Amino acid sequence: MKEEFKVISKFIEEKSRVLDVGCGDGILMEYLSENKVVDVRGLEISKEKVKKCLSKGLAVIEGDAENDLKQFPDLSFDYVILSQTLQAFMSPENVIENLLRVGKKVIVTIPNFGHWKVRLDLLLKGEMPVTKNLPYQWYNTPNLHMCTIQDFFNFCNNKRVNIYKSISLNEKKISNITTSNLKYKNLISELGIFLLEK
Amino acid sequence: MSDLNKIKNIIIEKTLKLDCGKEISNFPLAYETYGNLNEKKDNAILIFHALTGDQYASGINPITKKEGWWNYAVGPGKSFDTDKFFVICANVIGGCMGSYGPGTIDPLTNKPTGTNFPVITINDMVNAQYNLLDYLKIEKLFAVAGGSMGGMQVLQFVSNFPNKARVALPIACTASHSAQNIAFNELGRQAIMSDSNWKEGLYDQKSTNPDKGLAVARMAAHITYLSKKGLQEKFGRNLQERSDLKFGFDADFQIESYLRYQGSVFVDRFDANSYLYITRAMDYFDLTKQFGGNLSKAFKDTKTKFFIISFTSDWLYPTSENKDIVIALNAIGADVGFVEIETDKGHDSFLLDVPDFLSTIKNYLNTTYSNINERRI
Repeated sequence: MKEEFKVISKFIEEKSRVLDVGCGDGILMEYLSENKVVDVRGLEISKEKVKKCLSKGLAVIEGDAENDLKQFPDLSFDYVILSQTLQAFMSPENVIENLLRVGKKVIVTIPNFGHWKVRLDLLLKGEMPVTKNLPYQWYNTPNLHMCTIQDFFNFCNNKRVNIYKSISLNEKKISNITTSNLKYKNLISELGIFLLEK
Repeated sequence: MSDLNKIKNIIIEKTLKLDCGKEISNFPLAYETYGNLNEKKDNAILIFHALTGDQYASGINPITKKEGWWNYAVGPGKSFDTDKFFVICANVIGGCMGSYGPGTIDPLTNKPTGTNFPVITINDMVNAQYNLLDYLKIEKLFAVAGGSMGGMQVLQFVSNFPNKARVALPIACTASHSAQNIAFNELGRQAIMSDSNWKEGLYDQKSTNPDKGLAVARMAAHITYLSKKGLQEKFGRNLQERSDLKFGFDADFQIESYLRYQGSVFVDRFDANSYLYITRAMDYFDLTKQFGGNLSKAFKDTKTKFFIISFTSDWLYPTSENKDIVIALNAIGADVGFVEIETDKGHDSFLLDVPDFLSTIKNYLNTTYSNINERRI
């Protein structure tokens, strides 16, 4: 299982209710239901992946976060997870708002556009960056709203969203992001993983 | 008569109070089973049929000698794997395959009950079938499943008998029959009732049935089960065994010939009055209204796992209506899965060979069944 999922699952307490938004083929959901005795639901946009999840007996519904989060009542989940999809939404702002409405706690991971390789690509080559976590060309990328870890911190500050925990992930190395090391972590992290609360 | 003797049935002695206010008792309910009930009695699946279905979901229907209506899905190694599960299917009351319906001979008059049969509802159908579980001594079903009107019965069943089934699979259905669907059903009923053989429903079944009316009803309905794209691809403007138009009203086009054929074979196996009663039951179905406009209340405190399926080209029970059920279930935190299967085969998709659909159900049921046994759920 991906390092990212291990970090996420550590955030989650036993016997809680979890919604995995953009659950893919349900690997994290399976892990959580097997290891954390949680009640886990998924939302996924790709029919193929939804079918895979359902084939595994997982409670996944086909839909997208921008239209289908509406149907979940306020605070109906202990945790809502959004793994590496925030940047693909038309309105990440609305999605985050909705996640915080539905979940008591929200776990968001973002591919960090502030990573030094990304910065170098643009600085030296003068080209839009293409990296392991961001493998697309500018003309076919689904990522509409890229941001850096710093941007995400700023966003949460402005929106008065409480960042409970923030983790940097770089080549499987896990470390805490704090206000004092933020500038540095923003340079070396491939992924940022955040535990949020309204 | 020998064929009719092959129909299994139970006589329900207990009085059933119908939604119309009338009471029925000592009436037959015909059913069929496939596979074996295991020792733990935890592998039973109750399947509900659609408008023109019957209890013969799989194998060869002993009456019509044709394949069971859900042969693609029910059988050894199939979606509802009868090597593993014990599948039960009953003919709905109002039907014409052995259960109490308008074709049942009234012992007082020695004639078919006809329109003296009470108007029934989906709720009545489900309540009648519940008796079968008592008879088969099944405490808890593993699953209830059905498409179209079968799906409506699934919803009504889990609402009436919460936690009687671990899994519910309502397919290509709705919680509230739409105006468009009522309109199509009315068209079919008017076709039957305007056939001079119908005689206010008191026709003598054996000789002069309102076959023409029933055939037209079936033709009209059949169009609604297919998609425009599916029809275009299958028939286009192809001509029927002729090289040019004949400038008459014969079936010039293949699609005309196909519909006429569908109408003509239907009248051999279905009773016109049953068609009236069952379409009426569908029209009256409004689970949302039964619960004061809040569909979620129909499933309050449910522990059943729901898996809802719709089809992209189904315009009769479109994805939006299936999704309304998903939304109602999510609103109460129920365990619900949902997928819209991509296909050009229209509403009929649930009856056809749609591999994605069939394999997803199979895997879902098998995994869920073993998860339950491992007590992970």
